[in-house]
Parts: sequence; structure tokens; C-alpha cells
Amino acid sequence: MSLDPAAVRRIARLARLRVDDAQVTQIQGELNAILGWIDQLNEVDVTGVEPLTGGALMAMRMREDVVTDGAQAEAVLSNAPERDGPFYTVPKVVE
Amino acid sequence: MFEYTLATARDALRARKISARELTTAYSGAISALNPEINAYITETPELALAQADAADAALAKGEHGALTGIPLAIKDLFCTKGVRTTAGSKILSPFIPPYESTVTANLLRDGAVFLGKANLDEFAMGSSNMTSAYGAVTNPWTRHGDNRPLVPGGSSGGSAAAVAARMALGATATDTGGSIRQPAAFCGIVGIKPTYGRCSRWGVVAFASSLDQAGPVARTVEDCAILLGSMAGFDPKDSTSADMPVPDFAAACKRGVKGLRIGVPREYRMEGMAPEIEALWQQGLAWLRDAGATIVDVSLPHTKYGLATYYIVAPAEASSNLARYDGVRYGARSAGHDLTELYENTRADGFGAEVKRRIMIGTYVLSAGYYDAYYLKAQKVRALILKDFTDVFRDVDALLTPATPTAAFGQGEKMDDPVTMYLNDVFTVPVNMAGLPGLALPTGLDATGLPLGLQVIGRPFDEETVFAVSAALERAAGFTALPTHRAGA
Amino acid sequence: MAYTLEGSTGTWEIVCGLEVHAQVISHSKLFSGASAEYGGEPNAHVSFVDAAFPGMLPVINRECVAQAVRTGLGLDAKINLWSRFDRKNYFYADLPQGYQISQFAHPIVGEGVVEVTLADGSTKEIGVTRLHLEQDAGKSLHDQDPTKSFIDLNRSGVALMEIVSEPDIRSPEEAGAYLTKLRQILRYLGTCDGNMDEGSMRADVNVSVRKAGEEFRTRCEIKNVNSIRFVMLAVEAEAKRQIMVWEDGGEVTQETRLFDPTRNETRSMRSKEDAHDYRYFPDPDLLPLILDQDWVNGLKALLPELPDAKTARFVADYGLNAYDARILVMEQATADFYETLARGRDAKLAANWMMGDFFAALNRTGRSIENSPVSAANLGALIDLIADNTINGRIAKEVFEAMVETGDAPGAIVEAKGLRQVTDTGAIDTAVDAVLAANADKVAQFKGGAEKLFGFFVGQVMKAMAGKGNPALVNEALKRKLS
Repeated sequence: MSLDPAAVRRIARLARLRVDDAQVTQIQGELNAILGWIDQLNEVDVTGVEPLTGGALMAMRMREDVVTDGAQAEAVLSNAPERDGPFYTVPKVVE
Repeated sequence: MFEYTLATARDALRARKISARELTTAYSGAISALNPEINAYITETPELALAQADAADAALAKGEHGALTGIPLAIKDLFCTKGVRTTAGSKILSPFIPPYESTVTANLLRDGAVFLGKANLDEFAMGSSNMTSAYGAVTNPWTRHGDNRPLVPGGSSGGSAAAVAARMALGATATDTGGSIRQPAAFCGIVGIKPTYGRCSRWGVVAFASSLDQAGPVARTVEDCAILLGSMAGFDPKDSTSADMPVPDFAAACKRGVKGLRIGVPREYRMEGMAPEIEALWQQGLAWLRDAGATIVDVSLPHTKYGLATYYIVAPAEASSNLARYDGVRYGARSAGHDLTELYENTRADGFGAEVKRRIMIGTYVLSAGYYDAYYLKAQKVRALILKDFTDVFRDVDALLTPATPTAAFGQGEKMDDPVTMYLNDVFTVPVNMAGLPGLALPTGLDATGLPLGLQVIGRPFDEETVFAVSAALERAAGFTALPTHRAGA
Repeated sequence: MAYTLEGSTGTWEIVCGLEVHAQVISHSKLFSGASAEYGGEPNAHVSFVDAAFPGMLPVINRECVAQAVRTGLGLDAKINLWSRFDRKNYFYADLPQGYQISQFAHPIVGEGVVEVTLADGSTKEIGVTRLHLEQDAGKSLHDQDPTKSFIDLNRSGVALMEIVSEPDIRSPEEAGAYLTKLRQILRYLGTCDGNMDEGSMRADVNVSVRKAGEEFRTRCEIKNVNSIRFVMLAVEAEAKRQIMVWEDGGEVTQETRLFDPTRNETRSMRSKEDAHDYRYFPDPDLLPLILDQDWVNGLKALLPELPDAKTARFVADYGLNAYDARILVMEQATADFYETLARGRDAKLAANWMMGDFFAALNRTGRSIENSPVSAANLGALIDLIADNTINGRIAKEVFEAMVETGDAPGAIVEAKGLRQVTDTGAIDTAVDAVLAANADKVAQFKGGAEKLFGFFVGQVMKAMAGKGNPALVNEALKRKLS
């Protein structure tokens, strides 16, 4: 699989990473090198194989329905780069 | 003071031969002297350490001692430490002060440890050289004979490994997603273990690739690592992937010996172009184990060579999602933007380094519409085959012995032209993460230029005890006493 | 008779499917221990997990899982003992993680069905495709400041059930009936309070149109409609819009729209430029959700009686007609009130009193069954007083009004106001004699054939007796004395 500049821009937009025109070619080259190398997986026959996720663990543990957290607005907001009282703020969004 | 290992320092502290304050002061001094050159620490916390040391002395005076009372450690700057800046080696978190303590570091504090500071790392744990940190590269305390060009300590836990090797800490926490504990341990001539996935809690550890990340210790000896892991490990109900298993006595396992154990040698780990010194060291390791009473068995792990490609699909995919939260809204650095999209794009472009951005984009691509089946799904299937290789082999053997890295530490600036060249460093370590198994790296010899070379011991899931037993036996046989040029107490 | 819309080129059908987001009733959130309670000071119900701080991890709430299973059972749906959580990745101000934990490939509940009854009494089955659990997002406030949006994460991470219907709905009425029934079932189960005005239940409406016999044409999605009435209006408005597009020779393009109730039309959502690529993949912080069949059976055994079963029982046991039964079963509290009232009494009389004076009083005073001014016990006592002739029907209404105002028991009111029905024939005779004596001319007219005057005499006697005369005895006395 090979990426063209439009694909690089599309991926960057999906990932919310600003990519300047000057950078596109280099990024395209680096990504294509990695993708070309990854393509060796095409050699592997995975017929009938179930995909794996995490290690040797079993079913998910469930927790009791008790309020054990929250009530700490100041801590939650303590690192906010921008805030207004008890709210985080961002440039206005128009829907 | 710097002759003590973690184990012997602990004994000395308990016997009141030395005080925690003395020990911590010595190490803080080492940091002041050496960090400008080695750059193992991003954030130093000498006052905090001293306060913790004093508290440790008070406890020791009363005859109370936890597993690590008074032991000074470096904490990889990927672990959130409450009230102490945590950067993950990135600009995007440069102002971040966590209002919570990670479970692993809380466990260490519970056991009386002293925190000297936050250790440097590749940005967001993505790297094998510690060259991608926004806070500068880390210099390996080792240099080649007659050549003082700076070398990499390995990565991503380069700061942790360098700190231990240079005697700027008596031990350190680290994390391993594709080799980030074992490879820097090997490059810095120290010991490091990545435990079984689920053995240590990931709560409060900045996430890179959730199904692969594991916390683990680096230290001077196998026993030291066993002691540290004993404190770090344990079930955490706040982490859904945490294993509800009791923590065995890892330190005791170090004394077991290897009589009657079967040690597998996977033929696929013999790679084309591997340095002959590594092959020699590997054979030597097998001989030592044979002499100690183990049986050596040839085994096959047919899908080994696909481990790296699988890793470089799965890890970036998970990372691309895990790093989506770094958007400048709730914490961290923020760049200006006229609207929300611009805010995100500028903040992330300015805050992330090149390697992180590359991996986010690879990850975004392999998950995107039309490519998920061909890449991510396929990689998870190959991963299942890699695990099956190990499971099959472990029916017949108790542990595996392999080289830890394909080369010794390389120069800063080398392997930077092409990302793939750097990725090949992880060829021996990555399959272990893919299968969730425990793996330990220990130094067993030097190469011709005087740089340490390490071997890797791989074990069954949750059988770190056998890994420690085999590693300790190798350590005894190897008698590795070489020390790096740049170190405290030299 | 099927619902159709007439266009210039012919007759059109509506095809509609609904995706309902129902907030789960629970104390804490789906994957965090923060409170799931509605409201609260901004960012007070927020844990570090909800705010997506570095290193935070999700742990699932058993009760939220149970609520989803109960809902699935209430929809007669397949419970999937193995299901999985996936990440839905996108960026938005109210989505701190940059992804929503949802279930894409393997939902916890599979196919089910909702039976609706329409105005003409006919029933129809609307299929449910699936139900899955997912996190709710936070809230952005765009009107607090000229240049900034404010973010409150209280709602971020609250458990939602997304319930997807098959595209079986064919009219605005069916859409309304489906939502009403679904809401009723959720409220009966106690898994969601269905308060659309508070946002605890929201509907995304998928609408397309076609000519009879055609395959499905392109559909549009109308997002976040927050009342049943608006859903019905939106279905019609959007169908009409699409018909116009087709009849003008154009093509309906698949897009996301919003319903504007002031204009009664839908408009395109500006922010959704192109289709999102959500890059779904299994959440690596979680393991598969595996349920024990015994546990599910245990939940099933404890389910309350659901509306359809209760309606059937009311018809069978209380002899009510289906229409009345459905009204009394509308809310669980109403049904319980009725059953308390009807126990040991005339079931139809009880039903008439509830659906007549009682509901009227609730409406008038703006109260609900839960905080009714008149208790079931007291209303029952009132009915008993009529049944044993202590008071007559007319006086009962007076007593009832007093009960609404004071909340007092009817017996006490009757005594205090001296409203006991008079059954003393002597007193009745006296009153009748007095009235007849005072109206001799009308008596003569009556005897001459003006039979309608009987009612006049009854009225006069009742007036003289302050309404307390036993109507049967008054009638009998008058008849006797006028013959």
C-alpha cells in the first residue's frame, strides 16, 4: 500500500495533526517506507486464525455500582490551559 | 556508598550501618555531578527525596521497614507522580502536574522507597535510543575503548537505565512495550525485566500501546530487580487488564538454581548478519546453564520474523487512539487556534515530536476505513500465531534463552535516517510483548570495543520465578563486573 | 390502511427507523465511579477517568450491564453472553478521550421486537435490530461567551443504551407509538426514566421515502430529536422534503440533519462535512464482556410485569376493555394505584372514577400519580361510601373536590360537613309534601299529563334537602304522592 500526498493530508486531518505543505513529501516518504516494510505480513497465511488482543487474561471483571469518585472539580480543572470558573473553554464551536 | 546494590543497601539500612539520608544525599550528589552530561533525569526532586529519606530513617529507627524503606529510585517520566511534573518526554505535557499517583509508584512509596526524580525517556515511550525526548538525548555512561563519542543508552527507558548504570539511582522503574526495558538494560550493562502482561498495574502510566505496555524494574542485579518487582507488582481493581494473581516471592526464586530445567534455544533468533560476539555469548550462556544442571533443547518459533511488522501495526494503532486525548483542552500545552480544529491541529503538531507523529499517522492509517482488515486485523491474527508458537514450545521447555539485542549500544545520531533501521533494534524483544510473556535482560559479557552485551531469558505467563531462577544462575556464572566510565564513585 | 403521502408524480410511502439513546439509571457511570446523577455543579461529577487524564483506565459497572440485559429481556431480545467494547474514534470538544467506548461489532443484545397499538386499535410489530452499551459525551455550552464554548464533563461517561429499530416504521403515528411504547417499557423496567426534555432519552430518526413496491431509497438521519411529538413532526417534514427533491428530478443525498420545530422543517448539519471515519477497533483497555446464563436468568426472574402482560391481565381479571386497560397501564404507578383501588371493589366503577374525576383533578392541580393529593386508599373509601349508600353520587363529587383540596379522608369530610345521605322516609315525605304543597299548580299540570315536571319536583326536593336525599327514596316518595 502506497500513500499519495492527498492520503497523507487526509490521515493528518483524521489525526488532527497540522501538516505544512513543505512537510508532506518527507512524511509521505517515511510512511511509505514503513508501510512497505510492514507489507511482509502478506506472506503469512492466517486462514482460520482468531485475532488476539491482550495476553493470557480471561473475562472482564465488573465493579459495584457505587459512587466512589468525582466531587473534585478543582483537581479536574487544575491543569486546564484555559478555563472560566468551573468550565474548560475552547474557541467557540458552531454547530 | 555506591558499592551497595539495592539488596545490600537494604540490609545496611536495616542494620543501621548507613542512614537513608546519607544514601539519598550521596545519590542526589551523583545526579548533580553527572546529570549535565548524561541527562538521565528530566526533573530532579532532591528536597522531596530528602524528606522521604528522613521519614524512612524515622521508620527504620522504630524497627519498621517496608521492602524498600530508604532505597533511592529513579522513576521513568511515564509514571504519573502526584504533585511532581510528569512529561512523558514530550513538550505536550511539559506543564502537566498529575493530581494522582500511579498505582506502581504508590506501591513503591507504600514500601518506603525514596524518589530521586523523573527519568528521561523517548517521547511517549516510542523509541529505542532515547533520542526522541523533547528534553534532550540521554548519553550512555559506557563508551567504546579509546573513543569518547556519545552512545545511546537504548530506549525508550534510556534515562532509567543510564541512571542505574551511572549510579545516579539504586534502581529505577521503567516500561516495556516492544523492548523498552530489556534493550536499554542490555545497552547499559544492567538488568531489566518486563513481567507478564497484567502483572503490574497500568493505572497512572501514560499509555502508549495498551495491549503491550508493561511496567517493570531496571537495577544492577537480578536480585535487585526481583525485590523491586515484588513491590511494583500486584492486582489493581482500577485496571481491567490487571491480573488477579498473588505476587510470589521473586527474590527467593533467584536462589533456586536450574537443575532439571529445560532451556529452549529458538533457532529463528539466529539472525542473518548478527555479530559473531553475540552468537558466542549466547553459546556461552547455554554452556553455563548446562553446567548448572539444565538441559538445552533446540526449539522453533516459526513466526519470529513477523514480530516486528506485527508490532509496528498494532502498537501505532493503539497509540493513535491513546494519544487522541492530548488536545490542549484539559491539561498540557496548548497552541492557539481560531476554531476547535485549528486548536487541535496546532497543539498536536507543535507538541508532538516527529517519531510520535509518524506513529500516530501509521496507526490512524492502519485503522482507517478499507484498511482495517488488511492491516490491524491481520496483525492481530499473526500475533495469535506468535503466541501459539510460544505456547507450543512451552509444553516442552521451561524457559528460553536468546540474545537481548542484535548489537551493542550505537552512537547518538546513528540509525536516524530511516525509521525502519531503528525499529530493527527490537527484533529479539518484540515477540515477547506480542505474546504477553515475561522477559528479562542481563549483561553477560563485553564486545570487542568494551561495550556490554546482554542475553534475554523468556518464561511462561506468570512464571517470573523461573525467569529469575535462570537469570540468577546465568548472572552467577557470568560474573559480569565491568562498570561504565561515567559513573558516581568512580 | 397504510399511510401514504400524495405527490405530484404519485403516491409515496415513508420508511423510517429509529435509533434511541437511553441513559441508564445507575448511581455511577459506565466505566468510572463518578456520579451519574443528572445536573450538579459543572464538572463536579467528573473523575480523572472521565476527563481522560494520562494513564486513566475504564472499569465496567455491573449494574449498567444488568440494566442493558433487563432492557433486552423486556424487548424479547436475544442476550449475547459474549460481547465486546470497541473504540469509536473522533475529535470533539465534549469527547475528552478523543474516542467513545461503544460496542460496534458485537453488541450485548441482539434482535428483539416492540408491539405497538395504533389509534384504530390495530397492532403492529416493530423489530429491534440490536441494543448496545456506550458512553455518553459531555456538554458544550455555546451561548455563555461570544468567542468561547464552555465544556462541562458531568455527562461524559454516563452509560447509554443505544436501541436500534429495524426500518419497519411506516408513518409518523407508528414512530410516535414505537417511542411511546419503548419509553413505557424502559420506565417499567426501571432502566431509563425516559425524560426526553432532560435529555435522558434522545432519538435519531432515519427517514427515506419510496413508491409502493420499490426497494429502499437513500435515507437521511435527523439527529437528537428530544420529544415524541417532534419525532412525529420530523418524520413528516423530512418525508415531504425528500418527496419534493425526488419529484423535482433531483436525488436525495445521504446526510445528517437537524429538526427545527419553529419552522417545522429539517436542515443540514453544517459541521458534518464528510462522513466520519471512526476507525473502530476493540478497546485494548478492556476484556470481552462474558455473562453467565444463570446470572441472566436471575435478572429475568426478577423483572416486573410488563405493560402488555399487565394490560391483558387487567382485561381478564377486571373485565375492563382493552382501551381503558391500556390507559390505566400507561405508567406503572397508575396501574399500581388502580389495583389498590379496585381490590375488593367494583372494578369498572373504580376505573371510571380514576379515568374521570381523578385524572381531571390531577391535570387541574398539575400533580402526578406519585404525588397525588388523593391517595388510593382514600379514593377507595369514597367509592365504598357510595356503595353502602352513605352518600349519593352527586354528594360524592362534592366530597371528592374537598378531598383534592385538603387530602383528608372522605369519611371525615362527610361527617364534618354533614353530608350523609338522608334515608329517613319520614323526612323525605315531609320534604316532598312541602314541595308539592308549594307548587300546587305544577302538580295539577303533572296530573294533567306534563310528565316532564317529575324532574322539576325531584330537583326541588333535593334542593330542599341540600342534595342529601337518597335519590331512589325521593323518587319513590314522589311517585307515591303524585299518583
